[in-house]
Amino acid sequence: MDHPIGNAQNGKKSKVNDFCMTICTVNGSGSATANTILYQALFNMGLPSSGKNIFPSNIKGLPTWFVIRVSERGYLGRVPYDDIIVAMNADTFQKDLSYLSEGGVVFYADHIQLPAETRSDLVFYPMPIRQLVRQAEVPRNMREYMENMAYVGIVGQMLGIPMQNVEHALNRQFGGKQSALDSNRNMIISGYQWAAENLTKQDAYLVKSLPPLSDYILTDGNNAGGLGALFGGAQFCSWYPITPASSMVEAMIAQNPSLRKDPQTGKNTCVILQVEDELAAAGCAIGAGWAGLRAMTATSGPGLSLMTENIGLAYFTETPVVIWDVQRVGPSTGLPTRTAQNDLAMVYKLGHGDVNHIMLIPGSVNECFEFGWKAFDIAEHYQTPVFVMSDLDLGMNQWITRKFEYPADKMDRGRVLWEADLDAYQGAWGRYKDLEGDGIPWRTVMGNQNPSAPYFTRGTGHDEYGNYSEDPGNWAAMIRRIKRKLDNSCEYLPEPIIRGKPNARIGIIAMGSTDPALIEAQDQLEEAGIPADYLRVRALPSCSQVREFLEAHERVYVVELNRDGQLFGILQQEQHELSPKLISLAEVDGLPMTAIWVREQILAKEQQHG
Amino acid sequence: MDNPQTTKVERNSIGLALSDYRGKASTLCPGCGHNTVSNQIQQSIFELGLPPEMVAKFSGIGCSSKGINYFLQRSFGFNGLHGRMPALVSGACFADRRIKLLGISGDGDTASIGLGHFKHVIRRNVPMVYIIENNGVYGLTKGQFSATSDLGLELKRQGKNFLPPLDLCLEALISGAKFVARSFAGDIKQMKELLKAAVMQNGIAVLDIISPCVTFNNRDDALQSYTWGRENECPIQELTYVPRARAIQVKDFQEGETREVQLHDGSSIILKKINREYDPTDKHAALELLIEAQEKRIFTTGLIYIENSPTNILDEFDLVDEPLNRLSPDRLRPDRAALERLNLSYQ
Repeated sequence: MDHPIGNAQNGKKSKVNDFCMTICTVNGSGSATANTILYQALFNMGLPSSGKNIFPSNIKGLPTWFVIRVSERGYLGRVPYDDIIVAMNADTFQKDLSYLSEGGVVFYADHIQLPAETRSDLVFYPMPIRQLVRQAEVPRNMREYMENMAYVGIVGQMLGIPMQNVEHALNRQFGGKQSALDSNRNMIISGYQWAAENLTKQDAYLVKSLPPLSDYILTDGNNAGGLGALFGGAQFCSWYPITPASSMVEAMIAQNPSLRKDPQTGKNTCVILQVEDELAAAGCAIGAGWAGLRAMTATSGPGLSLMTENIGLAYFTETPVVIWDVQRVGPSTGLPTRTAQNDLAMVYKLGHGDVNHIMLIPGSVNECFEFGWKAFDIAEHYQTPVFVMSDLDLGMNQWITRKFEYPADKMDRGRVLWEADLDAYQGAWGRYKDLEGDGIPWRTVMGNQNPSAPYFTRGTGHDEYGNYSEDPGNWAAMIRRIKRKLDNSCEYLPEPIIRGKPNARIGIIAMGSTDPALIEAQDQLEEAGIPADYLRVRALPSCSQVREFLEAHERVYVVELNRDGQLFGILQQEQHELSPKLISLAEVDGLPMTAIWVREQILAKEQQHG
Repeated sequence: MDNPQTTKVERNSIGLALSDYRGKASTLCPGCGHNTVSNQIQQSIFELGLPPEMVAKFSGIGCSSKGINYFLQRSFGFNGLHGRMPALVSGACFADRRIKLLGISGDGDTASIGLGHFKHVIRRNVPMVYIIENNGVYGLTKGQFSATSDLGLELKRQGKNFLPPLDLCLEALISGAKFVARSFAGDIKQMKELLKAAVMQNGIAVLDIISPCVTFNNRDDALQSYTWGRENECPIQELTYVPRARAIQVKDFQEGETREVQLHDGSSIILKKINREYDPTDKHAALELLIEAQEKRIFTTGLIYIENSPTNILDEFDLVDEPLNRLSPDRLRPDRAALERLNLSYQ
């Protein structure tokens, strides 16, 4: 299991290692660093936890929320309430208070005015943030930033976070920069000390260390995907900045110089090129892929819309290329900083005419790394575009995930003929000839000096040798062969993962970053007397495992973060004989899915079935 | 009577004949300017002595873009998307840096849909020859205005063009191109010399070649017609491309009337003035020349601007010397220790 799972207790909500805390701040104030240190400290304590940034499409000055959920049982999906808030933003204070559960805790910056009337069940801890910062004699330009560090100390003291775990997080954040390390540490310590001397604990929320999560790491999906690509031998990445994909390529830019020097010469082996628009990003990657390089780009929905024509060209010329779609809310400019799973329908058939594409759908940060390198093998094997469908929640939040595993498979460069290889064919080779019978041709690439290597690539109708052809029979055969080539791909793609429950008669299908919510919902449904098996799709086209899953259950709920049930629609089409069993549960509001929503939806529908 | 078997076939410095550089039979209209350009490309690559396998050709969509089929069938070719050939080349160029890259486009492909890519591939200084076969009309879609159509041009079903034309040499110049030239399908000697120099330029070389469309825009008074072009062509200079290997006799040229511009590889272009002094290394002069040409409707051809290009985009990346597309997996995948270090850093 990629997410750490503790032992399920009997469903009762303890307040030790089991709560949700939202830090309500202003973006651009430096709160992200403070939040990260808090979250990393909890991870270092061995606590399964998640930390999600809910941030505006803005650079500085608007509200932002960092939501930490700690769950010893390993339930890390979003919950639609808070047990604790750290209130740093006067503008949102009223609303932030309204999300608190019964007996909720409020840490608040004491320069923010409390509302006239507050709930009597809440516990309030004022934090003299500005005073502490003044006492520490922080330079003016660092004061706003250091206010956040002060709350790390106060919250740490009240929750019981040992300073050694905070130290670990500080070292990870500032390692090597001694003065930054010291000033941040001192600020946090002053918070700890002030709270110890001035606050009396009136609530029961605590954290207690567990055995270290030594098989786990903490990082974000974009970083993982970028690293996966580098470990996958990526040689060319053209890109255009777009939220939430930019940080993937930026991770590659940061790591490329150290990871990808040629061991023989010490020179570079990977080119990362920012270009003028997404059409160029796709076009450059396709040119590079055509010429024999492992090529990719990373974008989001709006960028993919722009890449459509290029993708059709890659599909029909049978050129390998990897495209990451870190999905955000659409349509149109939509919500650039919110998450969704709403590009599947478009990507599945991206391009005019008859097209169909392979999609990989990672559901953990570990899988972002794995699919980061696997996507190249698949793309080159099938000589086609491969889409990796991540999303903002997975890409831009740090998740606790299993350590990255070194690629187990030898690199698959696909069917490429070089000079000596071609001689064996004695003229019988053609670029689009199905010589092996599985629909996958052999290709040559630019630079091949054998006189029979060069061929003409075109997006127009072509015969088996790449010559222009309008011949009806040729066209029909060509597009059918491409379809056959890809239909056979599901055996090569990541299999679905099934988490079963005894006596389950219904099934749930979901994908990607909703996984934590699904696991929690599945456990809650079991407790409610409705065991369900849960299948997580990790690639499309779907294969025999999905068909067997549908056959084995009376009803199957397809759960996803979009309006129209895009995965549902694809499965209906691909598994059309069994499609009457499918029920769509689709919702999108820009926030990660909650277990409560999944559970309530299924309970309601199941009641209808008696 | 000559015995055909004893007729000597002219061979270039690597022993190949002109026929080794040919392509498929053209399906363009008889008399099309693009056929002339294709022939001169074939001729110039032959004369340069480059193996066809060391050249790759790219194009967009249009009659001009079809042209890459009609030369160098022994070279890899990619006929891509309308206006988007520069992107393909910008990616492919990294795969095997020995390959000479030719990009063929048209005025529709470059001056309209592809204008953004055009300017950015220039800005990147991708080492390629960028040829616009410019006929001031959309031929393949049967006769619409392009962005280089003359102001006032009248075409069937379109009416009268009310928009002024873009000058692609001017666009190239202000985008930072270090080699900008204009030629004409009616001046094949000049075209061939420019083509050879363009191939050997160590960076992007832009050639705007007026290439008449005999079917849709060849009226005698039309800006991009054969008749008007021949009557009004104002070549800036006479050009000869001299490869590095060949020593040139300076005394062949009258002193004071020629100048020599060196390319990065040591070859050079000898420029002999025709009417007036013109220094193609002077960007201000080039701008004035082009602006004046626009204002006074002068059909200026020749080498408009050239600047030494000691590096191109490939040099920015400090890549391995060998072709990137031939590297074995062990040189592309970091080792296990690197992953362990990363995992440790994320704990």
